Amino acid sequence: MEAFHFFTKLDQTLLLGLRARTIAELLTGIRSVPDASIYFHTHRFLQQHHFLSPEPPNDFAYWVTNVLSDDALAERLWSVDPVRFEGISGLRETLIGVLESHLASTERRIECAAGEEFHFMACKTFVLPTGHSARTLGEFAEQMGQVTINSVYFHMFDAKMRLKSGENDFSRWFRDQGKTALAIEIRRLDPYSYTLDGLRRQIVALVKKYDSH
Amino acid sequence: MIRIEDYIPIVGQATVDELGLLADRLRGKTIQNINSTAVGGGVAEILSRMIPLLGQLGVSAAWDVIKGDEKFFEITKKFHNGLHGVPVEIDDGEYAHFLEVNRYNAEQIRFGDIVFVHDPQPIALVEKRGAIGKNWLWRCHIDFSRPDPKIWEFLRQFIPRYNAAVFSAPAFSQKLPIPQILIAPSIDPLSDKNKELDEATIDAVFARFGIDRSRPVVTQISRFDYLKDPVGVIKAYKLAKQRVDMQLVVAGGGATDDPEGPIIMEEVRREAEKDKDIFVLFLPPASDIEINALQRGSTVILQKSLKEGFGLTVSEALWKGKPTIAGAVGGIPLQIAHKYSGILTHSIEGTAQWIKQLISAPEYARRLGINGKEHIRNNFLITRHIKDYLLLFLSLFHEGDVVYL
Repeated sequence: MEAFHFFTKLDQTLLLGLRARTIAELLTGIRSVPDASIYFHTHRFLQQHHFLSPEPPNDFAYWVTNVLSDDALAERLWSVDPVRFEGISGLRETLIGVLESHLASTERRIECAAGEEFHFMACKTFVLPTGHSARTLGEFAEQMGQVTINSVYFHMFDAKMRLKSGENDFSRWFRDQGKTALAIEIRRLDPYSYTLDGLRRQIVALVKKYDSH
Repeated sequence: MIRIEDYIPIVGQATVDELGLLADRLRGKTIQNINSTAVGGGVAEILSRMIPLLGQLGVSAAWDVIKGDEKFFEITKKFHNGLHGVPVEIDDGEYAHFLEVNRYNAEQIRFGDIVFVHDPQPIALVEKRGAIGKNWLWRCHIDFSRPDPKIWEFLRQFIPRYNAAVFSAPAFSQKLPIPQILIAPSIDPLSDKNKELDEATIDAVFARFGIDRSRPVVTQISRFDYLKDPVGVIKAYKLAKQRVDMQLVVAGGGATDDPEGPIIMEEVRREAEKDKDIFVLFLPPASDIEINALQRGSTVILQKSLKEGFGLTVSEALWKGKPTIAGAVGGIPLQIAHKYSGILTHSIEGTAQWIKQLISAPEYARRLGINGKEHIRNNFLITRHIKDYLLLFLSLFHEGDVVYL
């Protein structure tokens, strides 16, 4: 059985020196920033606040809610479901569509207070082996409890969205081991609707269930 | 001496292991920090804690301090004030002297593989790069959101000669032709100001100041400075107290070099007089344990700043699991996600409303405190700061959005 090697990832946050004070400027920014910025703003919250409520928040929705107080638009941004997308470009286009239709539908133009601008950022990701590996489902479940949350994050989110593997690394390995049903169940999980620790527990529970089959 | 292993019970074995994995990839490189003061100030404090820890991880890190005469430091003090929005005049002779001191130091220093320059004082050392090569990083620790245009123009000529610039908050970033990296400051959970205290120590500090721990205590710990709005804190307390019983602690150091300090203190005293439930405490410099105890014994903590650099006192409060209400300025919104890990406010009335709510809804307040502490654990402890520095050094040798080490 080929071993699963756990990698971890650590992010460096880049400042792009680009800011938005209005929805129109937010739209301009979303159109022009690199993919790593869209990824950062739609995933950062998940990683930095992984102990909080399991809503699928993104920085754009958070800013529109808490700074511009436009709850209707925030809800539309909030409900852009990242799990639907195989990569960043589709996600970016959907966000652009939401903002364009909002601007076309209302005359309301709000400018944020000085100091509360949206600052576009991005991330540079460093991937490195943890030294942890598993050859069986039992070992996998055990090792999952020992790696950092960054490792879970890398194999579930980066693998699919940024590295364009089409699916998360765990499902691919399970499928390669002939555990197709488990691979499908993991793939069907909406990872954005769990906290990261909750997601880790859910994966471990599923792996244990199939290990005892 | 504090050991890197001492942080394992706080952040977990895997997080410390990750630091080791990164450090392994920097073997053979020497990192040289350069700033302008060996003691006092936040930069010296963080370097004195971080350099031994980097050494334990196997990273060769050194620290040099540039030498300057009184005139040089008068000029750099003017830079500092000008960058914070205070009107200053700097003449051509002073700019020339600044450069002369930097050039003198550049001849004395033996530069490492990675030259890590902190703040504006030694910024012109990078002129040496043409002759010696090396990798150069500039770390700006101060609020750079609205720099004085003339000083900025002067400093700006040096910045593009660095490989990258590092800022503490997104608002400080500028349009620059080099990569800009966000590295927030951090707190050390093992320092006197943040370490765990037993209940007896907390009780003793409260008893010494005559504060009743059986009743709610709302506390702001900050310099007495208009920008920390201590008078606004007292006004918010008075509004909230119309509905809920509480005491207020306004504690901080006297700002001896600030001409406005005595005026503010007088205003605070006047606002506080005739209310025996308000405790205005002027704490001497070595009061870390007292500050720690006051934070740990409080029901709600405020940081009602009107303007802020990063506002690390918020991280200190959240680290103690305390529900915290803070002004949405400077780096504070990085530390508090509103209604998840604390409360962000914009006014005296809003602050008063939230004080009442948090005292009246202790379960929700407790939840905010738990979330806040976890947010600090993951994002604002010295171990995260070390990770960011290691990534910064590694990024000099690896291009691209995703790097496999």
